[in-house]
Formats: sequence, C-alpha cells, structure tokens
Amino acid sequence: MAAPEFEIPKFKEHLEVPKIQEGSMAHIKSFISPQPTQEFLGYPWELGEDWKERALFKMGDLLGKYRSLRVFMDACVHCGACTDKCHYYLGSADPKNMPVARQELMRKVYRRYFTLPGKIAPWLVGAEDLTKETLADWYSYYHQCSECRRCSVYCPYGIDTAEVTMAGREILNYVGMGQKYSNEILGKVQKIGNNLGLPGPALEDTLAGLEEDIEADTGVPVKMPLDVQGAEILLVTPSADFFSEPHVESLIGYAKVFHAAGVSWTLSSHASEAGNFGLFNGNYETMRKVAMRIRDAALELGVKRIIVGECGHAWRVAYSFWNTLTGLGFDGKDPFSIELQQQLDHRYPQPMHICEYTWDLIQNNAIKLDPSANDDKVITYHDSCNVARGSRMGDEAGGQFTIPRNIIKAVANNFHDMAAETIGEGTFCCGGGGGLLTDDLIEVRVKGAYPRMNALNNVVQEEKVNFMATICAICKAQFTKVLPYYGFDRSMVGGVHQLVSAAIKLD
Amino acid sequence: MTSLTVFYIGLFYVATLILIAGLAYRIYEYSRTPAPLKIPTTPAPTTNAGVAYRMAREVVLFESLFKSNKWIWVFGWLFHVGLALVLFRHVRYFQEPLWFVVEFVQPFGKYASFAMVAGLAGLWARRFLVDRVRYISTPSDHLILALLIAIGLSGMMMSFVAHTDIVNLKAFMLGLMTFDFQPLPTDTILLVHLTLVALLMIIFPISKLLHAPGIFFSPTRNQTDNPREHRHIAPWAAALDRDNG
Repeated sequence: MAAPEFEIPKFKEHLEVPKIQEGSMAHIKSFISPQPTQEFLGYPWELGEDWKERALFKMGDLLGKYRSLRVFMDACVHCGACTDKCHYYLGSADPKNMPVARQELMRKVYRRYFTLPGKIAPWLVGAEDLTKETLADWYSYYHQCSECRRCSVYCPYGIDTAEVTMAGREILNYVGMGQKYSNEILGKVQKIGNNLGLPGPALEDTLAGLEEDIEADTGVPVKMPLDVQGAEILLVTPSADFFSEPHVESLIGYAKVFHAAGVSWTLSSHASEAGNFGLFNGNYETMRKVAMRIRDAALELGVKRIIVGECGHAWRVAYSFWNTLTGLGFDGKDPFSIELQQQLDHRYPQPMHICEYTWDLIQNNAIKLDPSANDDKVITYHDSCNVARGSRMGDEAGGQFTIPRNIIKAVANNFHDMAAETIGEGTFCCGGGGGLLTDDLIEVRVKGAYPRMNALNNVVQEEKVNFMATICAICKAQFTKVLPYYGFDRSMVGGVHQLVSAAIKLD
Repeated sequence: MTSLTVFYIGLFYVATLILIAGLAYRIYEYSRTPAPLKIPTTPAPTTNAGVAYRMAREVVLFESLFKSNKWIWVFGWLFHVGLALVLFRHVRYFQEPLWFVVEFVQPFGKYASFAMVAGLAGLWARRFLVDRVRYISTPSDHLILALLIAIGLSGMMMSFVAHTDIVNLKAFMLGLMTFDFQPLPTDTILLVHLTLVALLMIIFPISKLLHAPGIFFSPTRNQTDNPREHRHIAPWAAALDRDNG
C-alpha cells in the first residue's frame, strides 16, 4: 500500500462530529464514462448544446415518475437532524457531504425551475440557476454518496438521500456525464452475464477448480453445479464470490450447506451475477433489464426456488424489487408474473436469502455444526446498509439483524456486537457501496469507512475481536482494501458462510 | 363598514382560498405521482395497521427525530404541540356556542403559547449556534421562524398584556363565515397578528411548510414491507411488462 495523499481520521473512543470544512472534498472526481460505454446504455458521452434543456427535462420526468423525489424536494425544513449522520461527512467534514446539503444541490435547481418562490425570488429561498458548475458539483458529490439510507432513518419525514442521488446520477447520465466504473459494469453484466465480465467457460473452470479444492480439503465431493436443467434451487450470487478473496470462502460455504441438506441446486451462467448496479444509477429500465436475466434463467432452468448469496444491494433489489421488476415473488395478477409464479414453490418465500435458508436448516437440526472450529476467532458483525435498511429476512421486521447473528452464534463461540448506534438500522456503511468501489475514489472510500473502522477499533481494543463478518460482496471488497489504512489486517473481514463453511460437518 | 374592515375581509378570503386550494393541489399532485418501487426504510411494518401506527408515532411523537437529535426534538416538539393547543384554543373565535373541549382547552392553549415560542426560539438559536445548521440555513428559513415568533408574540400580547376587543373580533370572524360582515377592531397589535397569520396561510402551499402533508406521502414511511408477498407495480412500469415482457 502506497502512502495515502490525504489525512486518515484518528480513532476516538466516542465518534466526534467534525466542524465543517468547506470544499475539503470538492476535488473528488471519479473517471467519466467513455463513449462506447455510454452508447451501449443509450446515453450521450459529452454535454451537447442543449444540455440544460435535457437536464431540466429529465428532472421534470423523474419528478413525475417518482413520488419519493417529488415529496422529498418539497418536505425538507432544514432542521439539521441528518447533518451528522452521513459517514462521508463524519470522515471528511465537507459540509456538502451532509445529507441535507447533498439534497440541496438538487433542491436549489428544483426550486429555481419548478417552484413559484424560486422563480420570482431565488435569493430568498436558496434557489439557483443550473450551470455547468452545478453539474460538476453534482458529479462530485453524487459520487460521494453510497445510497446507504442512514439519513432516511433519522429524517423526521423519512427523506432518503439515496433517492436524490439516484435521480442526480440519472440526470447526469442523460446529459452525458456518466461514471466510468458503474456504467462499464452495467455493460459487462448485460453483455457477458456478470459484473466482472467472467465468461461462461471461465466460470465453469473456476467452479471445477473449487470442487477439487473442497474435496482435497474435506474428502467430500461437494459439487458446484452450473446450468443444471430441472434443479430445485437456483443460486444467484455476486460474481465476486467466484474468485475474489474472501468472497469465495462463502461460496464454498453455500455449496457445503446445499450438499449437507442433500438438495439439488445450480448456478446459472446467464445469471451469474446477483448484483444490479442499475439500482445505483436510478434508471428503472436498466435495473429491470439487469434483473430480467434472473427471471429468464429461472424460466429456462425450470427451478422451483431462487436463493440469493451474500450481497447487500443485490438483496435489496432481490427482496424489495424483483417481484415488481420481474414478477419473481407472489401475488402477481398479470400474465407476465403468473408465468413465473406458477413455476415457483409456494411453500417458501421467493426469493430467499442464503442466510434465511441456512438458518431454517439450523433450526430444524438438518445440518451438523461444530462451533469450536471457529474458536480461533473473536467475531463481530457488520450490518450491510442495503440489507439493514432496504430489505428484510424472515417473517418479522428486523429479521435481517437477528438471522445472520443467530447463524454466527450457532457456528462460532465468540461473538461481540459493535456499539449499538453503529449497527442495526443505524449501521454505518462500509464506505464503498453505491457505485463507489473504484480506485479513483479511494480517498472517499477511506474517509467514508472511518465511522465503521472506529466502531470496529473499539471492539478490537475491548473485546479482542479479530474477525468482522458481513454478508455483502462490496463490503468485503471495500474492507479488504481499506482495513490496512487503519492499521488492521485485510483478512479480518469475511462472510457469514465462511464461518459456516468452517463449522459445518459433512458426511 | 370601514375600508380597513373591507381589506381584512378580502385578505382572509384570499388567504383561505390559497391555503385550501394550494394544499388540495399539492396533495392531489403527491397522490397522483406513482411510487414505482417498494422503498420503506426497514425495519418497517409488514401490515397496513403497522404502517398507520408507525405514521402516528412519527406525526404525534416525532419518533425519527427523537432518534436523531434530542435538542431539535425538544424544540420542535414543544413548538408543534404548543401550536396545536394554541390553534385548538382559537376555535372559540369561529363557533357559537362552544364545544365543551374547546372551553376546556382554553387555559392550556393560553399557556401553550410559551412552549410554542420557546421551541421556536430554540430552533432559531440552532441556526446561529450550530455550524452545520448555519451552513444549510437560507434567508427563508430565518424569515419563517421570525414570522411564526411574531405571530406567537403578538397573540400573547393580546392574551397577557393589552387585550383586544374580543367580542367584536369574534363577531367579525363569525361574520366572515356567515357572510354577515361586521366591523373589525382596529388596535394595531391585532392587525399585525391577523396580517401575519394571513401571510402564513398564503405561503403555506409554496414553502417548506409542505412537510405537513408531505410526511403522509413519504414512501419510506408509508409503505408496508411486503414486497415478496404482493406485487407492487406502478402504471408506467406495468407498461414495460406488456411492451417488452
């Protein structure tokens, strides 16, 4: 790791809210998406002469299509409740990283062009003309938001900055200012089938190699089936699980769980990606197209159940949006959704999270576990933002917090939670979500990780924690990268099914 | 009938019309705009009754704000509860005979004005004292607080310092409602109070005061968490299923 060119915040026993430092992150600019990438997604790649008309047209379009945006533009009273809630503000002190100020970047344009007071007295209500400088500010600060929704928990009106960031990015794309990282991924997933651009044959090789590894390790022939027609379960997991460390350890864990349960399952080369970056960019149709691969694979393979691997934003899209986008769920009244829903097994929730699946097996004593296999670890659990605040597991509200913890406690003996205000619904984002997991944003990522790293440091000091489990591919990749900046070993982070993998007894 | 009375008759009709028509239009606009995706901030209630309970806690207790910041909560809640009691007390000027509860609330409504103004003062102080809040405050944020405090103080002046001719004022208000117009008392403090109230009514539908209807339409608070069990789809999104299913 090269020495960083920016200051890394210092650990504190209690997190302190910094004094504002205007412009401290204004230099941040991730790479702009190039022409071929933009063309594939149907966007321009540079500002045309009519950029302003296009921006305002798109803003009006989104205001008419999204009640969230419509209401959130009007309802904010500038009370300040959210100002100390964003991990990027806490780590960078740039006031434009306060949720209200991030929203205000758009709201001041909304007021100027869409409200009466903003049209007649802009100076009075904080309305401003849309200029190229405004767009530059949007581009910078809408890529310093991981859309983690922490602010929406604390807003008295539930204003969710993620909705504003998504709209901002969609408008930027529409005028030709896309972000390279996210948009290239959206190209790869649609052309090749996954975010990493791993083609079918390479995936087959990888899975065969993993099967050999597991058999060499355990002596048990655990399979990783691909494109098996008529399998009962389709597993859709983030493509990082196929070859990134520590992700792959969890993939091995899922395979062992399926093996132990004696169930037929398969991966799909067509839908070899649970992630859906369409969420981050706020384009419904792109998100729908990416999600449709799952529907197509399910119909093609004739599976009865769909289970999603450890991935935060993917689980939000799967749990909250798949039924809407693709009919993958229940209670569809239209031919489109009925076609898929009559194929699915109605005894189980669809889709199901791998943690829900494993926890059911544990509760039914259907798998054997030896928690002492994880005795070398003192474990804490990082709630991933999209799982915590944008989804659920199980039948009860809050199951997304209890089920992963219950699994950990079943497969390991040493568990300590981090401070209450930093987990659960108030969890701090890893700092790399929402399309920011790129090296050109490393300063944002390191500073944004600060509140989580600080909470982790406290349990490391007090409880000797040496492992942080999480169920998100982005969290795992982000922590692997930023842990060393804070003096921790990168292998401290791993998946919940990595722990399951170590403890499960196979015969 | 003096020209002053005529002016205030006109002002209150116009203000009432703008308030009601403006708010009705906003509510129509919010309700007409679809919410294409399920985005409740979770953990969220899984039933409609649960959502109603969550919304009630937000509207009555300011639950999220309580989680967020105790100072803003104390000041904000004092102001809103004070205002609610004060407004309820004012029903006495619009009905004859009075309901029992309106009579009962009179002393509470009178002293609630102190809570209301104290809350507003606290909220205003934060706009100067907390650097983050100072950064996000616009001129209109200060002016709305000034307006509300001026309404509160002018009202309290009439309750506690210089009483206005309350019998004639009530006759004027009842006259507005029955189109049987009566002269308005002319003491300055009353005229200031009434003018500012009319101004507040006029700006309500075009200002941040829209947070009042807005919260009921906030998808993160008013949606049930049941996306797997029920297919939620907006009309414009359903068209995509038909076009390129």
